[in-house]
Amino acid sequence: MERTSFDIVVVGGGAAGLRAAIAAAESDPELTIALDAVEFFVARCPKEIIQLEHWGCPWSRDPDGRVSQRAFGGMSVKRTAFAADKVGFHILHTLFQTSMKYDRIHRFDEYFVTSLIVDGGACTGVVAMNLRGGTMVAIQGKATILATGGCGRVYEFTTNGFIKTGDGMALAYRAGVPLKDMEMVQFHPTCLPGTGILITEAARGEGGYLVNKEGERYMQRYLPGKMELGPRDILSRAMVQEMKAGRAFEGPYGLYLGLDLRHLGAKKINERIPMVRELVEKYMGLDPIHELIPVRPGQHYIMGGVSTNGKGETTLPGLYAVGETACVSINGANRLGSNSLSECLVFGAACGIAAAAFAKKKASYPRGGAAREALKKEEARVFDGLLGRERAKETVAGLRVEMQQLMERDVGIFREDSALGDACGMLGKIRDRFAAVGLADKDRVFNTELTAVLELDFMLDVALAIAHSARNRRESRGAHSRTDFPQRDDANYLKHTLAFRTDGPPRIDYVPVTVTKWEPVERKY
Amino acid sequence: MAASDVVFRVKRYRPESGGRPTFQEYTIPYRNDMVVLDGLNYIKDHIDPTLTFRWSCRMGICGSCGADVNGQPRLTCGTYVRDVHRGAVTVEPLSNFPILKDLVVDFDDFLRKLASVTPYIVRKDWGDLRKEYVQYPEDVEAYRQQSLCINCMLCYAACPVFGSSPEFVGPAASALALRYNRDTRDEGADARLARLNTKAGVWECTFVGECSVVCPKDVDPAAAIQTLKFLATMRHMRRLLMPGSSSR
Ligand SMILES: Cc1cc2nc3c(=O)[nH]c(=O)nc-3n(C[C@H](O)[C@H](O)[C@H](O)COP(=O)(O)OP(=O)(O)OC[C@H]3O[C@@H](n4cnc5c(N)ncnc54)[C@H](O)[C@@H]3O)c2cc1C
Ligand code: SF4
Ligand code: FES
Repeated sequence: MERTSFDIVVVGGGAAGLRAAIAAAESDPELTIALDAVEFFVARCPKEIIQLEHWGCPWSRDPDGRVSQRAFGGMSVKRTAFAADKVGFHILHTLFQTSMKYDRIHRFDEYFVTSLIVDGGACTGVVAMNLRGGTMVAIQGKATILATGGCGRVYEFTTNGFIKTGDGMALAYRAGVPLKDMEMVQFHPTCLPGTGILITEAARGEGGYLVNKEGERYMQRYLPGKMELGPRDILSRAMVQEMKAGRAFEGPYGLYLGLDLRHLGAKKINERIPMVRELVEKYMGLDPIHELIPVRPGQHYIMGGVSTNGKGETTLPGLYAVGETACVSINGANRLGSNSLSECLVFGAACGIAAAAFAKKKASYPRGGAAREALKKEEARVFDGLLGRERAKETVAGLRVEMQQLMERDVGIFREDSALGDACGMLGKIRDRFAAVGLADKDRVFNTELTAVLELDFMLDVALAIAHSARNRRESRGAHSRTDFPQRDDANYLKHTLAFRTDGPPRIDYVPVTVTKWEPVERKY
Repeated sequence: MAASDVVFRVKRYRPESGGRPTFQEYTIPYRNDMVVLDGLNYIKDHIDPTLTFRWSCRMGICGSCGADVNGQPRLTCGTYVRDVHRGAVTVEPLSNFPILKDLVVDFDDFLRKLASVTPYIVRKDWGDLRKEYVQYPEDVEAYRQQSLCINCMLCYAACPVFGSSPEFVGPAASALALRYNRDTRDEGADARLARLNTKAGVWECTFVGECSVVCPKDVDPAAAIQTLKFLATMRHMRRLLMPGSSSR
């Protein structure tokens, strides 16, 4: 019989979840946690880069043997450590392999979490579907950490993988925890049309140009001081404006602009950004040494998420969140390239330690009663309810596409009130129609139609929170750009949005921003 | 079938219905830029939601979408239909692994093998946590190739030795063992070589080389295994000649 009670349950095996699990296993007793998020982040980050280095991450090196740094978009000094251009990949594999060191970390591979167990006002674990066994199990923990990543799949065109469906956000939201700043969605300017494959910032960091069909480096019209090294939101908006002005190329997947690396030469491209060449050759059939790369903006990252403090604590005792699924509010309304993985590392470690301290204070494992009840409820909801529904007119693939197109059209790069109003209304209707989705696959083992239904259910909660949060912020700030309110409005909106789940539309509330050492100023480049 | 259609023959296996795997044919619209995974997703979304397969990144990085395509282990997200299709595209679960459902196979055995080669940095003294270990660009180059493995299991599906002796540690786990043995920061080489210097370790390999042919990331696990055989032999010789010595 597999063990089902633990000190800490971590949901999600990405960078943030793995880092938290390792930190909890090592439970560094020397760490003192500063309370202010931004300053804490800056102070701790180099330490995490070195920690990863000690665990074997193949960071690129300078000739003197030290870790190389390079400039990413929006930064004036070189401060990003990189591993050729496969940063995320190498961080993930370094952490995954390092996690194998600890017998105390029990991996539950291919268990899909469907809900949280809440007992007496505290989170005491999760209910999960064992995909291979086709069973539902309760996994109890003194503390639970959500690290399920982003929610890019609520949009039609995204760089995110198929599994980025906002599960952790919806799990917390359903347990009464607010989602913070969900309107802050980042669109990355350089994605390959059709597939959404991301061309890394490093392509511009190394000197790549963005050009329109007239061959003009159009950023001189929008951001002459920074040109291609401007922040992602400004670059993405400029692309939409070039498209509207009729200066974009036209291809089988719609309008696009050009990313030009030709002047960098074969040597630099092969040495510094090999993956860019590999991806473009493989997935576009073009060689960036000789040809323009077609690019367009796509959803990439969400700054918002489960509301937490710097230790990853949520408003529900025992529940933590970290990584892209969380919103610690260090990113403000925007985010510089490369901050996300650092955030996963820094806050992953902090959160793992905080959860370990919380768990240590609790002498016994949770009582089984609440878990048994939650398990029964989920079995009834998922196996008897969802799985029992006969195939009908509404399909999961059909509703998913409707939601994605709606989000793309009305809650995208530029927003305004009437479109947002439409989106909120239509999403509500899709939510209602979801109740009629039927399933063709009736098996319990590895039922990916069933997981798709559960994921759509999560995504609809998240999409509604994004649309309503966006509609309520009647100003423009960072990634949130309202054509009807183009100015930033500190008098009314220097605060975080909180979305609370209700039986109807989300309830929107605000909390003040804690301004610390760095007073916010309007960005000027 | 219209000229712009393509036929996918997909192997189906439903554990809850019992029976043996069968083939099912689907006719779907063809696009010149479609990859095999696009075809599978078209089937799942528009024809048959019961078809079951893994995927996530569709950019050759997560390693989850492997299948035998017209008899060859491939990443379905990186295989263009135009490159493989001769009338029909046949998609089957990766060979040599137990099938869980349709194209989904069980990888647990690999994860145990990976864990058995201590795939992490081993050191007695971790030194100053605030200082990086010095490593020169050529030091990184020495293990870079093996560090690119995405655990996609195509090499195991292609390996006839693994097919007939399932206890064989196999290509990817060996390549990762070499990756750490070549890392200047690591001190665990000796124990790893001891683990691999066995029948079920690298000596099972008869150097067929198929693993390197199918590897989508150019990890060249076949060469890694050959190198490990050499290093294991050297270690053995050294221990015979100089008992008590250990080696890096
Ligand atoms: C193409 C691309 C390139 C990027 N490049 C960079 C970069 O160069 N620098 C940078 O800083 N950031 C980059 N980012 C952003 C960064 O990679 C992500 O924000 C970060 O990886 C998120 O990590 P995470 O640990 O929060 O979540 P993830 O890595 O997404 O992990 C989530 C985990 O949760 C699991 N999970 C999800 N739902 C459930 C459930 N219901 N039950 C159980 N498990 C579940 C998943 O299986 C997965 O293991 C990039 C993102 C993309 C898409
Ligand atoms: S060695 Fe190559 S084929 Fe084998 S798992 Fe790694 S990437 Fe895949
Ligand atoms: S879907 Fe990730 S490697 Fe193919």
